[in-house]
Amino acid sequence: MPLRSSRGVASVIALAAATGAYADNHTTTVTIATVNNGDMIRMQGLTDDFTAQHPDIELEWVTLEENVLRQRVTQDIATNGGQFDVLTIGMYETPIWAAQDWLVPLDDLGADYDAEDILPAMRAGLSHEGTLYAAPFYGESSMVMYRTDLMESAGLEMPDAPTWEFIAEAAAAITDRDAEIYGVCLRGKAGWGENMAFITTVANSFGARWFDENWRPQLDSPEWMEAVTFYNDLLQNYGPPGASTNGFNENLALFQQGKCGMWIDATVAASFVTNENDSTVADSVGFALAPDTGLGKRANWLWAWALAVPAGSDATDEAKAFIEWATSKDYLALVAENEGWANVPPGSRTSLYENETYLTEAPFAQMTLDSINAADPNAPTVDDVPYVGIQYVAIPEWAGIGTSAGQEFSAMVAGQQTPAEALENAQALVADEMEAAGY
Amino acid sequence: MATQHSRSAARLMMAPAVILLLGWMLVPLTMTLYFSFKRYLPLRGGDQGWVGFENYVRFVTSSAFWPSVQATLIIVGGVLLITIMLGVLLALLLDQPMWGQGVVRILVIAPFFVMPTVSALVWKNMFMDPVNGLFAHLWEFFGATPVEWLSQASLLSIVMIVSWQWLPFATLILLTAIQSLDSEQLEAAEMDGASPLARFAFIILPHLSRAITVVLLIQTIFLLSIFAEIFVTTQGSFGTRTLTYLIYQRVLESQNIGLGSAGGIYAVILANIVAIFLMRIVGRNLDT
Repeated sequence: MPLRSSRGVASVIALAAATGAYADNHTTTVTIATVNNGDMIRMQGLTDDFTAQHPDIELEWVTLEENVLRQRVTQDIATNGGQFDVLTIGMYETPIWAAQDWLVPLDDLGADYDAEDILPAMRAGLSHEGTLYAAPFYGESSMVMYRTDLMESAGLEMPDAPTWEFIAEAAAAITDRDAEIYGVCLRGKAGWGENMAFITTVANSFGARWFDENWRPQLDSPEWMEAVTFYNDLLQNYGPPGASTNGFNENLALFQQGKCGMWIDATVAASFVTNENDSTVADSVGFALAPDTGLGKRANWLWAWALAVPAGSDATDEAKAFIEWATSKDYLALVAENEGWANVPPGSRTSLYENETYLTEAPFAQMTLDSINAADPNAPTVDDVPYVGIQYVAIPEWAGIGTSAGQEFSAMVAGQQTPAEALENAQALVADEMEAAGY
Repeated sequence: MATQHSRSAARLMMAPAVILLLGWMLVPLTMTLYFSFKRYLPLRGGDQGWVGFENYVRFVTSSAFWPSVQATLIIVGGVLLITIMLGVLLALLLDQPMWGQGVVRILVIAPFFVMPTVSALVWKNMFMDPVNGLFAHLWEFFGATPVEWLSQASLLSIVMIVSWQWLPFATLILLTAIQSLDSEQLEAAEMDGASPLARFAFIILPHLSRAITVVLLIQTIFLLSIFAEIFVTTQGSFGTRTLTYLIYQRVLESQNIGLGSAGGIYAVILANIVAIFLMRIVGRNLDT
């Protein structure tokens, strides 16, 4: 009976396929989950090149906001849902998921792919036990982007490696609320990949750490208090209105509209703020390393958006073919040809930083490379920690911890609680989560 | 009066529907119960055995639990208050004979058919945005500093959005109740010299009480589980983390299925307590 009915269903499907106008037995659909960041959107516009090389592969895009993408993809992969064939994941997820055997190893990409060319820091962050599980689409650190014209009229000069003290001084000098110019734009929107990424780097540079060697939460330490108070004061006094809901994209828009004097965020933003089509301040942007307090750690992170194939995919080979295309040297050349070298996805390949044309056309290239090299995910803090990761802690619980704690700090920026209250609440909920996870 | 035979036949006929409905309800409920007694962490290798009531204790003792219950009650209470008060007033207005009555009624009901995510997006971006929103322009027009609705008055904002969605429902139910009121009673009262306010308080309102309890009951059940409005606007920040949202965070952000399931069972209990209270009120109203 089951056999007969399944055969019946099969014949109905076959009939439908045979009569259907769009039916094509040879096409494989590859579903790609991706973030709505500029470089990814650009990639979608260039896929004609890929489909021309692979006429038998059809691409389907699911473009989502960062936080939503993480949840959807995590849910799909944890339940082995098989919705996606290519995932856009970060440096945080890759080692955790690879350890669970949820990702297909990417050690068999073609010879002309040249995996050795991938920047060592990126390669290390995207591998598990020496095997590459995700190919970097672009990599980033964070740095200071500032308006050279505003700095000049304030009579200040930005050093290549500023201190937080200098940033506060410059922010005070630049802020002109009547003209809607705010000294500094920082992330305030709650989320472990939004405000917590930034706040964690500030904390690192002030000598704070998330956990001590025995995994005890450290948010009640004086270093955290100092770091969070500094961040809060900076945003309250010199930040734009509504800072508590500003994430990467909101701050990018503000900076492009000329409303921010300084913006400390991902190096990848450099190509957007210097792009004359989108940015009104393209010709007056300068770059500097992320600030420090002289304790030996700078407030810069390390991150890569990478493409991986989930173990549940039914089109592994096609998915790999796509990843090979999207993260290859040829893709970089393709973008350069269509959009200019300044818009090439940065931070993934050594060869890009040896390319003279790129170095001259992208004024931020050297600072990006320096920032990436200044970051060490294996030693992120002044004091020793048991975890890996600079602006995140590479444990499965981090996403929950970071997001809930991020909401506390977001409420602080909105003026609903003091830094002391925010830290107290964050400490309590981190302790809860860690206990629930069995530490 | 049905015979024994026809009654058992009727039962037999109804059985598939009843079994389907029971299964529909019981399977998820049983699974939630099952998971709530387990340590189930999908990112740490999945099922790690039975833990008794640990998840239940942990869920209630977490620092986020009581604030979330409070937020839930404030939102439900606020929305009920606004929708019922404005609903009665709107129903009275719509009951007046006027030109284009049909069109006006359809327009008033329209918000109910807008999907929650869509209405939350519209409110967030077009009304409440502190730079580009309509409210910001309005505030600026009068020389005031625009309010950052979603961060400074987050609970109020959510209450406003949800009220806007549910007001048509309340209005609709209350309007039909008003229409069923015998107009001769009102005329008689008017002749006896009762003021409009007195007529409202002593004739219309008592007549509406049953409809109001129905609105109260149905809305409460739905409002306890609002999610999309919070997800789209504040993502649980600024004190808008309701019980439903907390459960979502436990399951999807912390990836702790056991803890979230325990929270789900608490939500079921809470909903039942509320329902029992409301049923009693309705029951009393229906008796008299």
